[in-house]
Amino acid sequence: MKELVIRVVAGGVVVSVFALLGDILKPKTFAGLFGAAPSVALATLILTVTKDGKEYASLEARSMIVGAVAFFLYAGIVSQLLLRRRWPILPITGLLMILWFGFAFGACYAVLGWGG
Amino acid sequence: MKIELDMSRLGESRWYEYLVRFVFGGCVTALAGLIAKRYGPTVGGLFLAFPAIFPATATLIEKHEKDKKTRNGMDGTERARIAVGLDAVGATLGAIALTVFALIVWRELPHASLAIVLPGAMVAWTVTAALGWMLWEFLRNQGRTRRKHASQRVAKSSVNESSVNKSSINARPSINRRMQ
Repeated sequence: MKELVIRVVAGGVVVSVFALLGDILKPKTFAGLFGAAPSVALATLILTVTKDGKEYASLEARSMIVGAVAFFLYAGIVSQLLLRRRWPILPITGLLMILWFGFAFGACYAVLGWGG
Repeated sequence: MKIELDMSRLGESRWYEYLVRFVFGGCVTALAGLIAKRYGPTVGGLFLAFPAIFPATATLIEKHEKDKKTRNGMDGTERARIAVGLDAVGATLGAIALTVFALIVWRELPHASLAIVLPGAMVAWTVTAALGWMLWEFLRNQGRTRRKHASQRVAKSSVNESSVNKSSINARPSINRRMQ
């Protein structure tokens, strides 16, 4: 329970700091970079190395590459649909999360296998 | 385009908007830990690159842009859509940098100290993101300049065509007169 609380607080703080940077920076495209900052990774990796060791954290980072490629596809398609197709914001950003899950888990299974 | 700090934007957000992002970020971090514990580091690691705050941020940008336009008695839907679209372009470039961050941590963490690898990967993320953004801006400006020149050429040629047409129209009566 204690570990979970530490994760929530650490993750919340790091994510908020990057979100704040995204809020105050201009132009919008530059601010958007912080939407894909390694905020969750920073908080998680420090705690993981402390508890499970560097090898374990390194395996997590390997899967993170697949997750980041899925993020690239997700954000790329969202931007194209909003700027070129003029689709509504909330359904696009929400529904395309399925794409992130589909690609991340599919590629993870195909390339790395569940057991790693 | 110049990068600027706009502190006035801090005043646009309400306290609960910051709280939403804090809770959302915290929950995703905790979830990543729980999933790694249950299914192993391979599946858990995917969530280190989960678009944790992107939809929440998009919703906030939409709300702020719409509020701004509504205050001026206009509909801000179009402006909000463009703002979120541009934010997503930035996130796309940031995701490329995120891949570089993960690659460095994966390759270097087993051999070096976390105190060296993590700041190093963070610097790599910053440099890759900044370079990616500058390249994107450069290409966008090139495209704009090319389009501008192309439209100027089209405008010039249409002016020339119309002047040719005008002169031929003006010439016609004299031709007609000569023919008479």
